[in-house]
Amino acid sequence: MRRIISVLLENEPGALSRVVGLFSQRNYNIETLTVAPTEDETLSRLTVTTTGSDKVIEQITKQLNKLIEVVKLVDLTEGSHIERELMLVKLKATGSQRAEIKRTVDIFRGQIVDVTSSVYTVQLAGASEKLDGFIQAVGTSGVLEVVRSGVSGIARGEKVLSL
Amino acid sequence: MELLSGADMLIRSLQDEGIEYIYGYPGGAALHIYDALFRQDKVKHILVRHEQAAVHMADGYARATGLPGTVLVTSGPGATNTITGIATAFMDSIPMVVLCGQVASTLIGEDAFQETDMIGVSRPVVKHNLSVRHPEEIPEIVRKAYYIASTGRPGPVVVDIPKDMTTPNERYEYVFPKKVKLRSYNPAIRGHAGQIKKAVDMLMAAKRPIIYAGGGVILGKATDQLTELVRMLGYPITNTLMGIGCYPASDTQHIGWLGMHGTYESNMAMHHSDLILCVGARFDDRVTNATEKFCPGARIVHIDIDPASISKTIDADVPIVGPVDAVLKEMITLVKESKEKPDADAIAAWWKQIEEWRAFHGMRYETSPDVIKPQEVVEALWKLTNGEAFVTSDVGQHQMFAAQYYKFDKPNRWINSGGLGTMGFGLPAAMGVKLNFPDDEVLCITGEGSIQMNIQELSTCSQYDIPVKIINLNNQALGMVKQWQDMNYESRHSQSYMESLPDFIKLAEAYGHVGVRIDRKEDLVPKLKEVLAMKDKLVFVDIYVDRFEHVYPMQVARGSMKDMWLSKTERV
Repeated sequence: MRRIISVLLENEPGALSRVVGLFSQRNYNIETLTVAPTEDETLSRLTVTTTGSDKVIEQITKQLNKLIEVVKLVDLTEGSHIERELMLVKLKATGSQRAEIKRTVDIFRGQIVDVTSSVYTVQLAGASEKLDGFIQAVGTSGVLEVVRSGVSGIARGEKVLSL
Repeated sequence: MELLSGADMLIRSLQDEGIEYIYGYPGGAALHIYDALFRQDKVKHILVRHEQAAVHMADGYARATGLPGTVLVTSGPGATNTITGIATAFMDSIPMVVLCGQVASTLIGEDAFQETDMIGVSRPVVKHNLSVRHPEEIPEIVRKAYYIASTGRPGPVVVDIPKDMTTPNERYEYVFPKKVKLRSYNPAIRGHAGQIKKAVDMLMAAKRPIIYAGGGVILGKATDQLTELVRMLGYPITNTLMGIGCYPASDTQHIGWLGMHGTYESNMAMHHSDLILCVGARFDDRVTNATEKFCPGARIVHIDIDPASISKTIDADVPIVGPVDAVLKEMITLVKESKEKPDADAIAAWWKQIEEWRAFHGMRYETSPDVIKPQEVVEALWKLTNGEAFVTSDVGQHQMFAAQYYKFDKPNRWINSGGLGTMGFGLPAAMGVKLNFPDDEVLCITGEGSIQMNIQELSTCSQYDIPVKIINLNNQALGMVKQWQDMNYESRHSQSYMESLPDFIKLAEAYGHVGVRIDRKEDLVPKLKEVLAMKDKLVFVDIYVDRFEHVYPMQVARGSMKDMWLSKTERV
């Protein structure tokens, strides 16, 4: 099952490599990984999506918690949560395609953020499935380049991951 | 206000940390530190002949005393040579701080002379590593390193020190922090009361209980509590290779150690138990055999300081995260207060069964009228030293024979590389022990393969007068490899012979030590007596033992715990 694990990490050099190293060392998967500083400059927030049996996920969270620089973590998929991923995609857009793409972008509530005579650059945010859906809708043949940020997530309601 | 250079701060911090011995080897990036070491006399430095040995010495010291060991090496090859030693300590959760020189911070990343990314290289085999970014940080980093290494589940910590952090003429205020606090590191200080209660209820209700104790009991200094609980309950106890000495081996409740080469009775008792109380062990593959066939009727209570050790390979029914001494203490109180008592009839029947298993096999081997059996060498040593010696070993058949036939009644006396299985560990580990226990007998039981992996340390022993006794069980082959080849590869002995063995007697003498050869059975005991009488000499005892001996019992690969070979021809 796919999980989203969110980690508060000491914002120090080398901390990220410990997390990444742990995954390869113990043969765990990383599907996406995002990391950036938080409002507290001593902390980074790292979000990793991974797959594995419940036993593997339990080991992943335990092993992550053992890293000295991991301050706190939560498996967001254990409760209701919001997940978002940002995608920028360059699409071939000439002739009648231009209107069709524009319509599809509107349906997916994306934005065209850059335009040339033959290319649209589209920005889209949402759950990973929605981004997959967009690519499917426009068709891979017109896709020139895709960049995705990886998943960020946050729990719904009052629950907060902080110190 | 006291102003010190980074190098002086480092040594001063070691003094303030109470470190008496450090083991190491100098080199370019560590020279400021070595100069600071020269200008004081509180911290004593032992110069090894290879950095790996420095780490094993520190490790031997740590295992014997329960205190963190300390290593000092230079950058590049000095640092990378420590890796096997660090990995050895990591696998067995041994507290240790390894201080590594590094090229100047201004050169890092430029492939400078003797530059290696030691933080990166060591990452998978350390509990943590730290690098110094300003000389003023040194006292705090040292304090943190020892704190992390020795608390919670212990382990090695590497400190990387760029050369410009130790420059002699740049001085800063020295403040040694009394306490360190890390917001992200808070090892458990007690177990969950509800879980402990549940565990005690299960213990009281069990009909075929067994206590399975590991190295965590020794590391957690909980042997007294364990012994008290086990005696109070009257249940059988087995322990892992790492747990040897956590409960007196001569006591009747002790049914030997378990696993691949454990006793018949302990493996049988584990397999047939209905409740396993695991204390500070980790269900590793050399214990469980095939996990899907592991102890089908047993419920499992697992006490460990490290939550990640619980339900990693075998699921626990009642996990208890906490220091073993505190948890066991609470269990003892609850057992005392409990209205329920163990089911006397069921426990008596269980013991009757175990005694039958014990009588069926116990520990036995066939003796020969003329050939020396490795097992009898170990038994003779056990008797001659009254079971009181520190025994280190390397890895292979001799290690198993030593663990099987030397009966340890005390913790911290059996010192071996259990997790990583590092050949070359025994001699330097013995040296680390002997330096700190000069009045005790320290034996390194080894083989002619392993001893040659760190034999250069005979030179260190001459320099510092370290009179350990090296017991070389010489079967002229890599015995354990050969045994597996006999059992699984139709005796095709691929690369398992040691051709061109040196004359170990002359070799020992070349380093200024005494060499004794024993190749006749009738000489064994008298000569060993002579060897042990040479208190102030390092004696290398080269004993020609049966070349064809195998270690038994041996679990059948991919079987359950109860599937074993008991000799070359008996399989159960």
